[in-house]
Amino acid sequence: MATQDIIQRSGTSQATPPAQARVGGVKQIAKLFDATKCNGCKACQVACSEWNDLREEVGSFQGTYQNPASLSPECWTLMKYNEIEDQGKLRWQFTHSACMHCADPACLKACSTSGAIVQHANGTVDFDSDKCIGCGYCASACPFDIPKISAVDNKAYKCTMCSDRLAVGLEPSCVKSCTTGALRFGTREDMLFSAEKRVNELKERGFAKAGLYNPEGVGGTGMLMILHDVTQPETYEMPKDPQIPLSVTLWQDWVKPLGTVGLLATAAVACLHKITVGRNIVEEDQPGYQPPEDKAQAEEEAKK
Amino acid sequence: MNRRQFFKLCAAGAATSAISALGLMSEKAYAAVREFKLIGAKETRNNCPYCSVGCGLLMYSQGSGGKNSEHAIFHIEGDADHPVNRGALCSKGAGLVDYVNSPHRLQYPEYRAPGSNKWERISWHDAFKRIARLMKDDRDANLIEKNADGVTVNRWLTTGMMTSSGMANESGLATQKFARALGLVAIDTIARN
Repeated sequence: MATQDIIQRSGTSQATPPAQARVGGVKQIAKLFDATKCNGCKACQVACSEWNDLREEVGSFQGTYQNPASLSPECWTLMKYNEIEDQGKLRWQFTHSACMHCADPACLKACSTSGAIVQHANGTVDFDSDKCIGCGYCASACPFDIPKISAVDNKAYKCTMCSDRLAVGLEPSCVKSCTTGALRFGTREDMLFSAEKRVNELKERGFAKAGLYNPEGVGGTGMLMILHDVTQPETYEMPKDPQIPLSVTLWQDWVKPLGTVGLLATAAVACLHKITVGRNIVEEDQPGYQPPEDKAQAEEEAKK
Repeated sequence: MNRRQFFKLCAAGAATSAISALGLMSEKAYAAVREFKLIGAKETRNNCPYCSVGCGLLMYSQGSGGKNSEHAIFHIEGDADHPVNRGALCSKGAGLVDYVNSPHRLQYPEYRAPGSNKWERISWHDAFKRIARLMKDDRDANLIEKNADGVTVNRWLTTGMMTSSGMANESGLATQKFARALGLVAIDTIARN
């Protein structure tokens, strides 16, 4: 049984859209990460690993509280401990690093395997690992560097926004566990509303550059972020202006359709040639064919 | 196979793959989300014992609750109806399932003799007996029955007691009665560790 609520499907042309009878009335959801409330407790990271049955190997100390050093096939949510120097003092800027669930996902666009990456009507971008062929296009296309390829089964993995929990009406595991309320979950509309309220509150309290990180280059994101200084998302290890890479757009929107057109045009021209010109008759293959020398000889003999 | 047949085969192959690339081949549709793993699991409420906050937990174990199954906990998350944490848990609480199922978990009393570097397994009976003996000896030696003004105080200051933090009120009361009756003053819960 398909879920029938998939609005975008990788490797699928617009002529054959995914089954999507059950999208009416489905509301867009969003996760709101408020960096100004986060205290880096890593509850989200542990809750993610617990719910999704992921157990990353215990690594070694890398000079920071961040562990593991980056997202991995066994770590879909990572608390990033970005160290900032602020007026001569160390300050942490915590980032809840997980899939951003872009409205216009670069991974889905880059993926050429039908249905290996899907987008549900509620906005969640999900990987179907059974279909994944491990080409890694998603990982190289993602402007946030989220998907990771497993060395065990050569498949791509990332945060699913706990799509299995959403499907039964629950919130994602990370959001439920958050002790400070830095992670919130609800309809996109509600999250945008409370984000605006919070940003205004922060501005009143003197954080003039506080704002909402919801980059337009990828059509907005399913994970919204409230930052102390939205003009410098790099300090949270977030890209300033994430875009779908030009190579992906060129390949999927231009080269591939052109290839299909070329294929069809070749077939059409061949067909036309068959009708107008017809078969290419090879004289040598015809019955009663005589090589030219024989023919000349025969003619000479006939003259005699 | 001659040259002509080879070309025909190639053309047929190209045409077939072109058709499938156009999405005309049907394929089986599978559910795109993982199956929800708690359907039918036995849900048990409890408290987290790992700090003095005392967050409410929902513990999920395999089995219907029938008498023939041994229940193994496979998931723990916060209890949204608990007034203390309202569903949230810290990183220790969120990872509790690995504490419960840890291979390093202490499951029986062990004894390490002074100067030894080895833990030896002992029976519960021996453990209770030894604890009672040491408590009695210490209490007999150090109980302060009266203070300087001659008022009866019955204080036992040389021993403290660490109690469970995962108790309900009633067990807490029983623990208090037991400890205070002995004259213990220093009483705390394991939540503080």
